[in-house]
Amino acid sequence: MNSRNVVLFVGGLVFGFGLAYGGMSKPEIVLSFLQLRDYGLLLLMGAAMATTFVAINIVPRFVEKPVLGGEFKPRTRTFNRNTIVGAVIFGVGWGMSGQCPGSALASLGTGNLPVLFGIAAMFVGAYVMGRFFG
Amino acid sequence: MTNCEFIFKIRFLHGRSARSIMFPLGIYPYLVGGLIIGVGVAFVYVLTGLHATQSSFFSTTISYFSRIPYFQRKTYLESRDWRLFFAVGVILGAMIYAVTISPDGFWTTSVQWWRLLVGGFLVGFGTRLSSGCTSGHGISGLASLSTTSLYAVVTFIVVGVITANVMQLMGVAP
Repeated sequence: MNSRNVVLFVGGLVFGFGLAYGGMSKPEIVLSFLQLRDYGLLLLMGAAMATTFVAINIVPRFVEKPVLGGEFKPRTRTFNRNTIVGAVIFGVGWGMSGQCPGSALASLGTGNLPVLFGIAAMFVGAYVMGRFFG
Repeated sequence: MTNCEFIFKIRFLHGRSARSIMFPLGIYPYLVGGLIIGVGVAFVYVLTGLHATQSSFFSTTISYFSRIPYFQRKTYLESRDWRLFFAVGVILGAMIYAVTISPDGFWTTSVQWWRLLVGGFLVGFGTRLSSGCTSGHGISGLASLSTTSLYAVVTFIVVGVITANVMQLMGVAP
């Protein structure tokens, strides 16, 4: 097991703990945001984004490259029609079920076994996308 | 009625603060949870330069099993191991929360299985088509000041809100 994978595993532990701590492992809480009854999801997203912003935009001013090698490169994607069509389809699924990829994995960790329906379906969805539209 | 008047009425006529109406569970679980998530992403980025995001995990994991060229692309083969480690970490991290400080312990949703199934399919398909999800576009993309991600985030939030409200109007609960 190389050191990069260990870092990702530990980062995942922290990420999953934070998701569960912030209630995102419960589809009910995600739905309470989407039904506009509790705006907390925006706070969570904002706090996560602000912390990540520091790592992506400030840290590289003082540290030349990542500790384990590689390079600092912000996450950019080219904008095209699929960006929006995909986001619309994702939005429908999100609004229907209160699940997104990260929250579903965290939900499984908190013992929510029915979410396996969702995770299995996400694999199928990703497969169908790559197989027929990739 | 202006916004100020509205908040005034809620606060003084109904005895509830605007904050408790917008955030009935309080603001700290969300702020602290978001901060912890951000620390996880930042930790990975500073050490490796990688963006710890979620939805690619499905495609890269499929690459272990499918020979279809789409899944055998170089970026997937290079990232599939660490994405798997990250995903397992997310599951176990949430489990650690459940068995330590969570007031609920292990817990099961009351959202119907057919919603998880159909919704999950659309989430898997849509996030891959859009090249990002709530973490890829929503956290790492926005933190990278990507306009592509901004358009994606606004779109999936607006569509998610509309969908959830339509489902509610149709009498589907929760």
